[in-house]
Parts: sequence; structure tokens; C-alpha cells
Amino acid sequence: MSEINQRKSVPLWIQVLIWLFIAALLVLVGSTLSKRQQGRIQTGDKLPDFSVTLFSGYEFEGKSEVSLSDFAGKVVVLNFWASWCKPCEQEAAELEEAWRFYNGEVIFLGMDYVDTEPEARTYLKKFQITYPNGPDLRTSLSQMFRITGVPETYFIDQQGVLYYIKVGPFLSIDEIKSIIEQKLQ
Amino acid sequence: MINIILTKHFLRITGYTFLLAISFASISTHFAYAQDDIPTDDEVNEVAKGLYCPVCENTPLDVCPTEACKQWRNVIRTQLAEGKTEEEIKQYFVDYYGDRVLAEPPRTGLNWLIYVLPPALILLGAVWLFKNFQAWTKPKVVESVSIQERSDDSSTDKYISQLEEELKKRN
Amino acid sequence: MIVEFGYGVLVLSFLVTVYSGVAAVYGVRKKSASWVESARRAQLLTFPLISISSLVLIYLLVNNHFEVSFAYEVTSLSMPAYLKITAWWGGQAGSMLFWSWLLSMFTSLVTLRKWDRDIEFLPWVILVSAVTLTFFLGMIVFFENPFSRFWLVNGNVVESMFQPVAATIFRPEDGRGLNPLLRHPGMVIHPPMLYLGFVSYVIPYAFAMAALITGRTDDRWIRITRRWSLWAWLFLSFGLVLGGRWAYDVLGWGGYWGWDPVEIAAFMPWLTGTAFLHSVMIQEKRGMLKQWNMVLIILTYSLVIFGTFLTRSGVLSSVHSFANSPIGPFFMGFVTLTLVVSVWLVIKRWNELRSETEMKSMLSREALFLLNNLLFISILVVCFWGVIYPLISELVSGQKVTVGPPYYERATGPLFAGLLFLMAIAPFSAWGHSTLQTLGRAVWKSILASLVLTFILFFTYTQNLYALIGFFLVALALFATTHEFYRGALARQKTQNENFFTALSNLMMRNRRRYGGYIIHISMALMAIGILGIELFQKETQGTVAQGESLIVGEYRVEYRELASWGVQSDGVNYTRAVLDIYENGIYLGQLYPRIDYFYDAEQTMTIPGQRSTFRDDLYILLVDWQPVSNSGATFKIYVNPLVNWMWIGSLVFLVGIIFAAWPDKDPEAVSARVKKSVSQTSAAD
Repeated sequence: MSEINQRKSVPLWIQVLIWLFIAALLVLVGSTLSKRQQGRIQTGDKLPDFSVTLFSGYEFEGKSEVSLSDFAGKVVVLNFWASWCKPCEQEAAELEEAWRFYNGEVIFLGMDYVDTEPEARTYLKKFQITYPNGPDLRTSLSQMFRITGVPETYFIDQQGVLYYIKVGPFLSIDEIKSIIEQKLQ
Repeated sequence: MINIILTKHFLRITGYTFLLAISFASISTHFAYAQDDIPTDDEVNEVAKGLYCPVCENTPLDVCPTEACKQWRNVIRTQLAEGKTEEEIKQYFVDYYGDRVLAEPPRTGLNWLIYVLPPALILLGAVWLFKNFQAWTKPKVVESVSIQERSDDSSTDKYISQLEEELKKRN
Repeated sequence: MIVEFGYGVLVLSFLVTVYSGVAAVYGVRKKSASWVESARRAQLLTFPLISISSLVLIYLLVNNHFEVSFAYEVTSLSMPAYLKITAWWGGQAGSMLFWSWLLSMFTSLVTLRKWDRDIEFLPWVILVSAVTLTFFLGMIVFFENPFSRFWLVNGNVVESMFQPVAATIFRPEDGRGLNPLLRHPGMVIHPPMLYLGFVSYVIPYAFAMAALITGRTDDRWIRITRRWSLWAWLFLSFGLVLGGRWAYDVLGWGGYWGWDPVEIAAFMPWLTGTAFLHSVMIQEKRGMLKQWNMVLIILTYSLVIFGTFLTRSGVLSSVHSFANSPIGPFFMGFVTLTLVVSVWLVIKRWNELRSETEMKSMLSREALFLLNNLLFISILVVCFWGVIYPLISELVSGQKVTVGPPYYERATGPLFAGLLFLMAIAPFSAWGHSTLQTLGRAVWKSILASLVLTFILFFTYTQNLYALIGFFLVALALFATTHEFYRGALARQKTQNENFFTALSNLMMRNRRRYGGYIIHISMALMAIGILGIELFQKETQGTVAQGESLIVGEYRVEYRELASWGVQSDGVNYTRAVLDIYENGIYLGQLYPRIDYFYDAEQTMTIPGQRSTFRDDLYILLVDWQPVSNSGATFKIYVNPLVNWMWIGSLVFLVGIIFAAWPDKDPEAVSARVKKSVSQTSAAD
């Protein structure tokens, strides 16, 4: 804004500052954009380890806090749901049935996304869900996966690699089974 | 404001302890609706106003119509009934759902940037402008103002001075 | 067939635009006027081409061509025809076509002007607008094609512009329909207004760039585009106000402005645009601040582009919108190009943009204008940082944060108060120099009157300190501005021997811009009354009542009479409406009907408040919930929004003011003809 008393042109340090500011802004927006563009974790990615606190009354081998690494060697089905989500109810019984069918050979893990505990419990009771379930504390897991909504289900193979993403509810238990079977033997 | 709410709730706590003792196991939203001196919608909204649900970003909780937000308001009601303060309830939501539920970032760590940077920049701008003013208005070789005036708009300024003259005469 | 035709014309318009840009540059290189003329004609051709393409799209929308994915997304059988037309700008792809159409219209209008005296600007103005248009058309042609269709391939539905191998066209029975929130009349005109504002800023920016490139850095570019920037500002301001009105009427949260990042993205160019509007006057009157004006117009244009980018690429939106829009990287490239080229040019020409005169006094009009600019830029800093910071937080700490109303209100409140104060006193200071004495002499009466009014308010209305400061400043602005009218008319009455009203109207007609500006100042003060009212005195209550029971808020009693729910299949809407009796201090005032509309096609509800507006306050009632079994309860949320009506009254006054100021004079060129030629004038082939 300075008009008077100015040197020949814009001082170098101000120029540097301006360009740095623009560069920083572009880098910031660009990296946010690329994050948004990639969206969720891609299939084929090896997942970083994460841990989940389970609802009280739920446990896995006696532990109330489980990590992905606890399930190494098994297929893991990570399902995001919420009690306010109508479509989630369509698949709740099927998920539970599939969990019982595999009888511990395949791990099902329910993540309750942006929900309240009393309603979540009512929901779990209503569908008699017994597989490990916990709240998505601080929405950190849903942010990590960048879920697009609920229900959304992530299939992780024995090596901890994400191999399938299902957006929306499963139509039948056979659909769940067929995806799991891809990785069993 | 917050103090008033705190005392209000403090007074209620005594009443609630008794109630809670009887029906501890069955606390639910229905319970909250059923009683008469349980937190009113207004008290719930007072807390909800400062919270944002991640499902509907940028809509304050007290006016958000989604099912998820209705549930959240019921949680607030239950917790108010348990005698929790506004701060405790907000903290509960932060622990559960992350910092994004608050209307403003909490004043910790990196977040200080948001509170410090704009005032600092504005102050810097103001100081800089003021310094330049001083430099500009420093008496220099006296030049006639009329030379500096641009030909095409001296009319307005002449107009103002003429106006002042007129008004002076009238007074 | 018609679909291919529409797309073909679109591609053609894209090619023509690219040609006009290239030809313009080539013309300058070769110093060939005929190439530039060819570029100009190509430029003029884009408007009819894009119009044809748009007409085809509208035809598809109106005639339920749901095999076109855009038509499927924004229209449905139950929508009335006028909404099907406005669905043109109801989705991403269509609104970008709409944007391009406006842009081509404006650039055509500007290339049709007489260029004799500014012929060196012409190729560069064409280039800048051609680059912008190329970019928008490119996004439509390559990434967000409104003409792409659904095809059935081996039982799967795919979306594609051209027929895939062995595919048949797939036509859904019905479309999803326009988002119900966008079916409100306010929303039908709010986006076009905003786009008009955004797009018209391209013109002043293009001239500014032309001035920088040619090195003709006098205020010619400002004089040519003065009216453009005024109209741009009009549309932008009005778009914002309409957006507020729409939010108030359909979003059902009792307010009109929620400091949402998307709102702020539209608000930021308004801030710099307003600062620009003031500071160009300094350049015109005093030949100062040339550098600053360049910076401001570049900022304004960049913020338009940047804001559009942030909201459309999905950078700012939630996990629940389908944000993976493919335009992101392409748009990002354009933002980068705009920023880098403009900043580089300004730095290069910095020295030639020196002032011709010097600042004389800290209380001179130009000094106060600078303060005004400082305040606007400060508000911009607050807003910009509030929008950007969550991105930083997410990137650095992985935690999303919300930056909401408390932050903005606290930070911008004092700045807006400062603006009100400047608005009151600046008109009394003279160009060149003023002293505290001259200023005081002019303004003391208004200050006294405002103080008296504030005291009256203190005893009768409110003891809230912030409110009193606010009302004092509003009163000061109102009194001072009206005083300015009065004293001007009085002086003229004396000197010209006219009666008072003739004098007043002659005075205003002779100085349209000045008095139009004052009318706008009055409108801003009126809007400030509304803002103060809703921010500081809003009352609300919520409760569940049975039939015959009442809720009480302030002096109002609201009695719940009945509730009915019915569906109108032809509209595709199910209405649930409550009937409420309204009493004030026991006196029956009438009935209000808050309702909830459920749209079958979009599976979405909309909460429509029952409103009763007076100059004193608005009673604003929302139906929150109801028990399906009749005669049990319903839940209502009731707001009393004091003074908010002044917001809308102010916006009407604003419209009058700005049209008064921007109305074409007999001969706009006559005034500027006297401007001396710039010393640094160089040839176009520089």
C-alpha cells in the first residue's frame, strides 16, 4: 500500500514472503485436495495398525480393547454402522449370522459411527449382535478410512491388506460370504 | 451466563440424586421425557447450541433435524439430568467424537494459531499504516494544494468549501 | 441426436474460445490489427454458441430426458416447468454451463464497446476473458459434462457421453429431482445473482491485467470498468442478501447467516470488492493508491476463483456429499495460474504504479478511506484464516476442527463497529486535508443527537453495553448521512434559489455516485439494526404441547390448535401443517402455520417456519416434531427475532441506492476525456 518513500520496486524480502505465502497456500490446498480425491484407503493398501475400545459387555479373548494386529492371520470384516442409520438395519442380522457361521475363523468388528450409547445398545440388543463392537472414538477411524457414509464395510485379509470395500448395505448373507471366501484358502 | 446455568444445575443435583437412586438402572430418554422437573428443551438447546454434529457439518446441534442429532440432544438431556455441567457435557462429546464437535477449536497447542494470528496481522497492518501516515504527513516543502488537485474533481471539493461557507454565513 | 448436437456446439464454443485467445496474442505479436479483430469476432461468437448449447440442455431438462444423467439428478416428473428450467443451475455441471454463458455474455458486451481510445487494451482483455472461459468450458467439456447419458452394457448401467460398444440407452422412469432446499423462490434467484456478481468481476480484472501488461498504468482501466465493478458489487451484495433471506425462510434455524465456510467463500470477494469500490475513488480523485487498487482487484478476482474452487472441488465439504469431483486438479491448476501471473505482473509493474500526489492529513478523506480499507482487509484476514485453518489442523494433527460463529462474531464485531463509525464521519472530511476542528464542526450535531437517542434507548429499551454502542454508531451514521443530504440541499437552495426539494433532487442528480453511495450507507446502517437485533436480543424457547396448550416467549403466547398432514401427489410433496393461535399480551393477533414438507422424489424434508414480521420483531415458529396419534402433542421451537425486518428493509434501500449510483449517465466518457494521458504509455506490442 505504501506509495511514498518507496524504493525502486518491491523489496526482495517482501517478494520472497509473498511467493512463500502463495506456495504454502497452494501446497496446503493441493494436499487437502489430493487427500479428498484419493478418498478412502485404497484396496491393496496394507493398513496401519489401529486399536478400538469395545462397548462394555463386548470383548475379544478377554480384552476390552483390541488392535488390528490381534487379528493377524485372519480375515477381518470391519463394518461401520450407526443406530440412526436405517439401511444399516437391513444388513445387521446378516452380519451376525455370518459371524456365527464362521465361528471365530473370520473376525467381525463393528464400528459405531457418530452415535449415542443408549441407542447403540438398543440397536445391538435388537439385532442380538455378539461380535466385537465399539464406538468410533473421536471419529478417528472413520476419518482414517474416509468413509463416505454408513453402512460401509471394509474387508481385510490375513496379511492386514484391505482387499474389498462395500458401500451401502449387503443384500444377502451370501454376498458377505462370497467376499470372505475369496481369501479363505 | 454460564454461572447462572451452573448454579441452576447445582440446585437441581440434590433433587436428582434421589431420583437417580431409584431408577438408576433404567435411565433412558423415555425416562427423561416422562418426568416433570427434568431438563427442559430450552436447557438442552442452551448446551446444544455450542455443539456441532459431524453428520451434518456446520449446522448447530440445537437446530439440526437429523435422527443422529435428535439422539445427541437426548444424551445432553440425560446428562443434564445426571447433574453434569455444560462444560462436562461438552467434554464428553469431545472425548467421544473429537474436537470438531465444538463451535471453536479448543485453545490448545496448534489451535492457538487461530486465535493469535489474525489479531497479530491486523495489529501489524494498523501499525504499518500508522507509521506510513506519519511519514506522509510530515511537513515537507510547502506546495500549493491546487497543483496537486486533479482537474476533473476539484469541482466536488470546491463544492464542499462553498457549502461550508454558506453554512457559516447562516449561523 | 439432440444430445450430441448440444455437446457438439459446446465443444465448438470451446475451440472458438481457445482460438480467440491465441489469435489475440498472435495479433499483438505480429502487430496485426486484423488478427486482433478476428479474435474479437471469435469472442463474440462464443455467446450465441453457448446459448444454443444451454437451450439444448434446458430442452432436455424440461422434457424429462432422464437418460441424460444431469437431467436425472436435478429434475423429476413432479417438478413444475419453471423449476425444471432453473434446474439448469441446480447441479454442478449445469451451473458451470450457466456460469460460462454469463461470462460469454459479459465479455461480448464489453468487446462491443467503442475501443478507439483504448485499442491497446483490447487483445489483452480478450486474452484474459478467453483464458477464463476456456477454463470453465474445459471443465464442462472434459470433466463435468451435463450431456453425458446412461447406457446399459451387459446389464450394467454406465455413464458416458458416447455410445459404448453394444450398449443401449438407459432411461430411468423418473429423476431424483432438484434438492428441495433449492426449490424455494429465493434459491431460484440467489445463485444466479451470486454468479452474476462473480462473473462481472472478471471484467475489471481483465482490464487491470491489460493495464499491467501494456504498462498503461494510469487510471484509465478504472474509469472504463467503474460501472462494471459497481454492477458486480450490486449483484454480489444482492446475491448474499438473497442467500440470507433464503436461509431464514427455509433452513429453519431462526437466522440468516451461519458463518458456514461456503457462505464465507462468497463473502470474502465482497469484502475486497467493497474496499476496492472505496479506494478507486482515491485514485480517481487524487491519483494515489494505484498499487493498492491493483492488489485489491486481483484479490477480489482470486477470491472469486479460489472460493469457487474450495466449495466445488470438495476441499471444504463434508464426508456425506459426493465430493470426489474430477474437476479438482484442473481447477487447482487454474487457481495457481491466476495467482502466479497476477502477482508476478503486479510486482513487475510496481514501480510504475506510483502515486502522483501525497497524503496530506491523517483526517483527510483519503486517509479515512485507507482506514476503511484496513478494516475490510482485517475482516478478510479473520474470514480467510477461519476457512483455511481447519485444513491446516487436519493436515498437521489429523484432527478435524470446526471454526464456527463464536470465533467470527467475536473477531469481526469490533471491526464492523469501526466501519460504522467511519461511515458516519468520513463523508464530512475533505479530500486533501481536514483537521479535527473542521471535522468536529461538521459532525458534532449528529454526535449529540445520537447520544441523546442512546440515552433514551438506555432507559426504555436495553442496558446491554454492546447494543448501546451499536445503536449509537447506527444512529450516528444515520444522522450524519441525512445531515449531509440536508446541508447540501440547503446550500444549493441558497445559491441556486430553488425550493428545498428541487434543490435536493438536483443535488442528488448532479452527484449520482456520491449520493447513491450515501443511500447505500443509510441502507447499511439499517441492516446493522437488524443484525444487532437478532445477535443480541434473540429469544427462543422450545417445548412439546398438547392441543389447547400454550408456549410462552417474551410477550407472546402461542396456542397449539391442530395439526394436519396431507399429500399432494401432483406436487410430489407431503405437507404436515400445524395451526397456532398467536396472542401478544393477551390480545389475539392471528394464526401461524409452521409446516414440514416431505419430498417423495428426493426423500428429504424441509422445515418451513410460520412467520409474523413487524418493524419491532419477528415471531418465527418451527414445527420440530409431532406425535402421529392425533390430539397428543407436537413440539415447536419459537424464536422472537427483534428488529430483524430492518435487515430486509435495508436491503431494499440498498438496491435503490446502488441503482441510483450505477445508472448510466448521459455520456460517461465525457468526464474521463479530460484525464491527462499517462506518461508511461507504451505500445500494445510491449
